Amino acid sequence: MVLKVEDLHKTYAGNKVLNGVSFEIDRGQIKVICGPSGSGKSTLLRCLNLLTHPDKGRVWLEQQEITGEVDDVNKVRQKIGFVFQDFNLFNHLTALKNVSIALEIVRKMKRDEARDLALKELRKVNLADDAHKFPAELSGGQKQRVAIARALAMNPVIMFYDEPTSALDPHLIGEVLDVMKKLAQEKLTSLVVTHEIGFARSVADEIMFMGDGKILERGPPNQIIENPKHEVVQQFFKRINELYRRNE
Amino acid sequence: MAAFVEFLPYIFSGVVWTIGLVAGGIGIGFVIGLFMAIGQIYGGGEIKAIIHAYVWFFRSMPLLVLLFLFYWGVFPAIGYKLDPLACSIIVLGLRSGAYQSQIFRGAMLSLGDTQLLAARALGMSELRGIFHIVLPQALRISLPGWSNEYATMIKDSAITFTLGVLEILTRTRYVVMATHEPLIPYFFAGGLFVVLTYAGSKIVNTVYERTKTPGLVGRL
Repeated sequence: MVLKVEDLHKTYAGNKVLNGVSFEIDRGQIKVICGPSGSGKSTLLRCLNLLTHPDKGRVWLEQQEITGEVDDVNKVRQKIGFVFQDFNLFNHLTALKNVSIALEIVRKMKRDEARDLALKELRKVNLADDAHKFPAELSGGQKQRVAIARALAMNPVIMFYDEPTSALDPHLIGEVLDVMKKLAQEKLTSLVVTHEIGFARSVADEIMFMGDGKILERGPPNQIIENPKHEVVQQFFKRINELYRRNE
Repeated sequence: MAAFVEFLPYIFSGVVWTIGLVAGGIGIGFVIGLFMAIGQIYGGGEIKAIIHAYVWFFRSMPLLVLLFLFYWGVFPAIGYKLDPLACSIIVLGLRSGAYQSQIFRGAMLSLGDTQLLAARALGMSELRGIFHIVLPQALRISLPGWSNEYATMIKDSAITFTLGVLEILTRTRYVVMATHEPLIPYFFAGGLFVVLTYAGSKIVNTVYERTKTPGLVGRL
């Protein structure tokens, strides 16, 4: 077991964003979280790497409880690769430096060593040729791939993706999903918030559908997408399926 | 040849003093401003309140009042007899710190919180994130505002003639008193300020162009 979540609660300004979420992820598993906006998906991810503190509930990362007294929150976060919807690349640094800076500062690697590893990670996302470019010189798809390389370089035990393709132009989504699929096939444990049902269908072990701060329904991708039981989930996938068919 | 011409080199050597005042004032103000900007954004309630009061105080008082207050009042009261130059540099620095903190603060806020969030997600401490990720970007954004602060300070420095600091204006006044010829010496002094302001802005401009991140828009 890599990640275990038990009865997570979070309230923002009187609004119950998370209302009792529990699940587990085993090593090598890919789990996808779907749900309408405002259902608590992003808040859930941020509670899990302690960028936000949950009000109630417990989280374990590789047997270590991280919601209790944690010696060093930064150590916990180093084990979790986080990919943001809006990339959040460091704008003043080249693609290469974006990937290597945490290796130097956090992992205390030598500059050359960090650069070599960063280049290797950029090669993995097919961006070795653009290593010297700054974020403003890259397309959205390239930026997101740099962000994935940046997270991978820290050698995380699990990857969190927070709607990684939602800010992209449609023609750039594919290149990011391809990288994510490749990593999934390499059995990199991942928790993915996304509405890309094609991606979910091909690599996810389970889809968890969130609504009103809870997991409304969960199961294998085909079952959730084709035969959901919950009415909200039915409506949601009916709309997404229609959209998908139109695009195909 | 009029008598004042032979005094022009004397006025000119005031440039060194003026540059000393400005460099010292800007330097002290830079350190104070940077830490206050960080404190104002990331600090607790008490720290924020103290910084707010400091900024309010130094931005509300006329520079002349501050100079007299510190030279005749504050420093003697705490047992220091500072010479006019040292006192002037400190006062210019304390005051500039208040202004510079707002330049840096605005730049840091314009970055939004997502840059620091990304740094923290990689396992950087807040302090490391601020120094390695936020400040390098915020300082670049600050440069145009900072150039303005320099242009203001170079001219404000002339007020220290009231304490007898041997900068450009003080020397010019001595020459005028000795020669009874005000036009050319004051014109010369004014010209020196024009040149200093222009040169300083050019330097900041060059730094801005050199450190600009490729692809990001915006020029001075």
